[in-house]
Amino acid sequence: MEYNPITVTDLNRYIKTKVDNDEYLNNVLVKGEISNFKHHYTGHMYFTLKDENSLIKCIMFKTYTPNLKFVPRDGMKVMVLGTVSVFERDGVYQIYCKAMQEDGMGSLYTAYEELKNKLEKQGLFDNKYKKQIPKFPKCIGVLTASTGSVIRDIINVSTRRNPNCYIKLFPVPVQGKGASDKISDAIKTMNKYKLADVIILARGGGSLEDLWPFNEEIVAHAIFDSEIPIISAVGHETDFTIADFVADLRAPTPSAAAELAVPNVTDLLLDLDKYDNRLKSSLRKKLELMRLRYEKCIAGAAFKDPLKNINEKYILIDMKIKQIHNSITNRIKDNKTKMIELITKLDTLSPLKTLSRGYTITTDLGGKVVNSSKGLNKDDELILKFHDGNTNVKVI
Amino acid sequence: MKNENNINFEDAMKKLEEIAVELEKNDLDLDTSVSKFEEGMKLSKQCSKMLEDAEKRISVLIQTEKGISEEDFE
Repeated sequence: MEYNPITVTDLNRYIKTKVDNDEYLNNVLVKGEISNFKHHYTGHMYFTLKDENSLIKCIMFKTYTPNLKFVPRDGMKVMVLGTVSVFERDGVYQIYCKAMQEDGMGSLYTAYEELKNKLEKQGLFDNKYKKQIPKFPKCIGVLTASTGSVIRDIINVSTRRNPNCYIKLFPVPVQGKGASDKISDAIKTMNKYKLADVIILARGGGSLEDLWPFNEEIVAHAIFDSEIPIISAVGHETDFTIADFVADLRAPTPSAAAELAVPNVTDLLLDLDKYDNRLKSSLRKKLELMRLRYEKCIAGAAFKDPLKNINEKYILIDMKIKQIHNSITNRIKDNKTKMIELITKLDTLSPLKTLSRGYTITTDLGGKVVNSSKGLNKDDELILKFHDGNTNVKVI
Repeated sequence: MKNENNINFEDAMKKLEEIAVELEKNDLDLDTSVSKFEEGMKLSKQCSKMLEDAEKRISVLIQTEKGISEEDFE
């Protein structure tokens, strides 16, 4: 009997051909738990898929990894779609994965959709309840894990924008059981003690399962009830959690949240400069305008020949005086004429004229006129008034 | 203006903007213009001081039975 061995290579090649020709193995959907997960620096992912009894090696080339909606980790329950083939060199068969999904996602998705619809109906997502994010918060509260890149990113971006910003980190677990209670408690505590002017609720990217605390009703209500405005930055740009819908503002990433919360001091200082200039130039303009007005005023006739006006007034005064003088002179003349008329009239009426014709006026010694002979007695003295003088007489 | 030192930045900036607009309208008398200008410059100084003076602090809130305490981060 002649031995006719084949080489290992031949054997492995043979097995590979067998396997590759199997239509079923060309397209299998397998579920299991990830272990020994390694994301190689070349971009490919190596891991083992196992259940209670068995395991199989898996590889996902970097051409497929960008399509993953989550970051695979050890212990994660997943479904993989791929081709079973043999790696000839090592004589191992493995699944060449084309797609991978978290197992049990179906039920999570349903729960997510149901809660989303419910809260939407309750109005928790309504824009009218969204609070304004303060433009210049004195203190920024950050709710996230105290380690990891999220808090670092937020601190970096914030301090770059404002080197003097004030950040209060309230460390909370961002995944796993109990995280949602801790997050909602943290929001309530921040509100109770008014610890910040704005809150950033942040978490890095992860699977739907990882992000789950942010999809829980208790967190949604805590965000809704918060008096302090909340910016949510949960997961990657493409991940939308319930928290994002309820929050007053959604930031695509934690860094973006920091940008939204912290004003850029350089910009503000530039703004202030601009205001300074506006104030200065408008005051300068005002002064210039005032100066022009003043100059125009000074250039007027009133200031140029101030005596002209006065001299004109003098002339007027002189004219007035002349007028007054004339009217007084006329008045005096008139009165004089009138007086002469009256004197003449008086003269004709004067009893003296009658006396000159031979009449006399008889009076007693007291000057009382005696116009009757009755009452006169012998030796009574009387005065006779002639036109040219008086004579005392005695009754005989 | 009461509480000059406590005016918050946002209000100060708003006030500054108002003063700039008022001054630019140019229908104020000179005295008012000058006093508005002074007020504006004061506000502007306050604002930049506020920006510079803000205390840089990054702290961690620690929840204890007594309440919340604050510690420096890092």
